[in-house]
Amino acid sequence: MADEVIYRSDHVLEYPFVRSVGPVIGAFLTGLRDGRVVGTRGSGGRVIVPPTEYDPETGEETSGVVEVGPEGTVTSWSWVPRPRPKHPLQTPFAWVLVRFDGADTSFLHVLPAAGPDEVSTGMRVRPEFAPEDERVGHVKDISHFVATGGAS
Amino acid sequence: MSQYPALTSGRRPVGVVSFAQYDNVRREDARNEVEMLMPVVTEVFGNIGITKDDVGFICSGSTDYLIGGPFSFVAALDAVGVWPPRAESHVEMDGAWALYEAWVLLQEGEIDAALVYCFGRSSMGDLSEIMAVQLDPYYLAPLWPDPTSLAALQAQALIDAGKATEADFAAVASRSRRSALDNPKAQVAYDRSAEELLAEDYEVAPLRRHALPPLTDGCAAVVLAAGDKAYEWCERPAFITGIDHRIETHSVGARDLTVSPSTRTAGEKAGVGTKKVDVAELHAPYAHQELILAEALGLGDGVSVNPSGGALAANPMMSAGLIRIGESARRIWSGQADRAVAHATSGPCLQQNLVCVLEGV
Amino acid sequence: MSEREPVTMMDAATRLDYEFTAGVAMSKNLHGYEQGKFIGQRCPKCKKVYVPSRGSCPTDGLPTDEIVELPNTGTVTTYCVVNVPFAGQSIEIPYICGQILLDGANLSFMGLLQEIPIDEVRMGLRVEAVWVPPEELGPTLASVKYFRPNGEPDADYETYKEYL
Ligand SMILES: [Zn+2]
Repeated sequence: MADEVIYRSDHVLEYPFVRSVGPVIGAFLTGLRDGRVVGTRGSGGRVIVPPTEYDPETGEETSGVVEVGPEGTVTSWSWVPRPRPKHPLQTPFAWVLVRFDGADTSFLHVLPAAGPDEVSTGMRVRPEFAPEDERVGHVKDISHFVATGGAS
Repeated sequence: MSQYPALTSGRRPVGVVSFAQYDNVRREDARNEVEMLMPVVTEVFGNIGITKDDVGFICSGSTDYLIGGPFSFVAALDAVGVWPPRAESHVEMDGAWALYEAWVLLQEGEIDAALVYCFGRSSMGDLSEIMAVQLDPYYLAPLWPDPTSLAALQAQALIDAGKATEADFAAVASRSRRSALDNPKAQVAYDRSAEELLAEDYEVAPLRRHALPPLTDGCAAVVLAAGDKAYEWCERPAFITGIDHRIETHSVGARDLTVSPSTRTAGEKAGVGTKKVDVAELHAPYAHQELILAEALGLGDGVSVNPSGGALAANPMMSAGLIRIGESARRIWSGQADRAVAHATSGPCLQQNLVCVLEGV
Repeated sequence: MSEREPVTMMDAATRLDYEFTAGVAMSKNLHGYEQGKFIGQRCPKCKKVYVPSRGSCPTDGLPTDEIVELPNTGTVTTYCVVNVPFAGQSIEIPYICGQILLDGANLSFMGLLQEIPIDEVRMGLRVEAVWVPPEELGPTLASVKYFRPNGEPDADYETYKEYL
């Protein structure tokens, strides 16, 4: 049909949520704000970082606050040559799963890397915190991870 | 007396008797969801000469986040026409899980047939961002990791464990896209060697473009029928002899990403390994995931894996899993296969998995 | 231990951007507004006319392919008087919201009622659409400025009771 017109319009969904974090996640976020990394103890005493209210494998309630790291080891990674607009870094970087020293699970964050050769599993890393007056109790209180130069 | 296969799950034989899917496209520019679904629903009924009055239950799978319209799944019912009032349900999951719910209801014996449909358009928003919203809201979502970035962590873990190489990923992609040449509904099909594919740049290392699924707008529908009704509508129904689904923690850092224990358990519960498997349609959106799934299901060398091209050929969100069941059923109807395994996945890095064993008599 | 209060809340604001597509049928309806016309579609089976149509008959699940141009006149099936201010309100309160059933249509839609005192509005009132000036017409129901009484005697209850 000659006058076939299909109309489109921009459509934005915004969720202006503020979440209550509870004591377990709250302890972790409080730790980040204060420049420390903490986890909690799950089944069989294994240390879960980032902490959840339950052991992700057994579902049992976790307990206590355990300080870990701040250094850790990369357990897997992926490298992003072209960051997307909402990614935490806007220059090429790697997603890294980091097992903090003393932890039994891994934490996802970012590590600046110009190429995939700059990141490897087993690589030793530490968090680079945002300036103290900018930290609010958020996962982005860690600005990114950097290599310590060591290997595990 | 009609013949039925032995059942591992349930007590009532329920068969897949009809299947239809939309032309999988990168972007459906004109039609809305209802306009996309209508021809598919018409076809799935028309294939076997029935109408909506012949099914006692309707179950659908979709997610409103894809189009940003709350309760869009309710509006989608206009494609079926639910007057007089119908028994209906919806899951915010791939249509394979809607099929599971319909199968459970059919086990109760009050109804003999059900319509299952699903739809998803990836083109209206930014799928990478939309999928990030499903993640843990405290630790993951604020970083906006996209599905490809997370899948690449899994692929790297496979490489580090010595279980696969980038060449293995390329081999899966090469074979899948070549198989897709025979699939008229495929969105991406080509004949290119693994070697050639390995020359592509990284999308997110270690995954290159070929290891990623296409972005797809599409929808699909299946009719399930129980007992004699299945034979009334289909010469050789694809009976569901086993079906099960399992989930793991959403926390990717707490999982061994190189294995899929949920798929393994679901496969065992569905009886995958009890008899020879002819065909397996695995919902592996990323090439390396096929390797993990095949291992978890114990699929040997004699199994034809993803003859349709799988999710690498077309990956309509919320439908690609049900399409695996439909593609498996088709091969049983035609006699190409006697026993097929269909799989569907959901969540990051194969978090949740459904396994459905289909058999013809 | 930190000397500051523990963190109890987290900002989790999220934004997703979409490009919404109206679809074939809705686009025909929207195109009509651009030309100052009501465009509906008829079901091939039950013959009901939907304005707007989303492309299918919600009763029969069939494509409503037949295009029907509807007149400017209709009946108020029911109404309410809005006295409550709310965010984004563009009209001065109090005002009347009417459910308008266009002549020949089988689906009513909401429209603003004006040029009638609030205590005189009633079910069955016959109305006509007042369109914005031609240069302001667009693919939106906002092209209809409002509905006003057209002077005809009230519609018989029997003619619209199915649409309440
Ligand atoms: Zn109708």
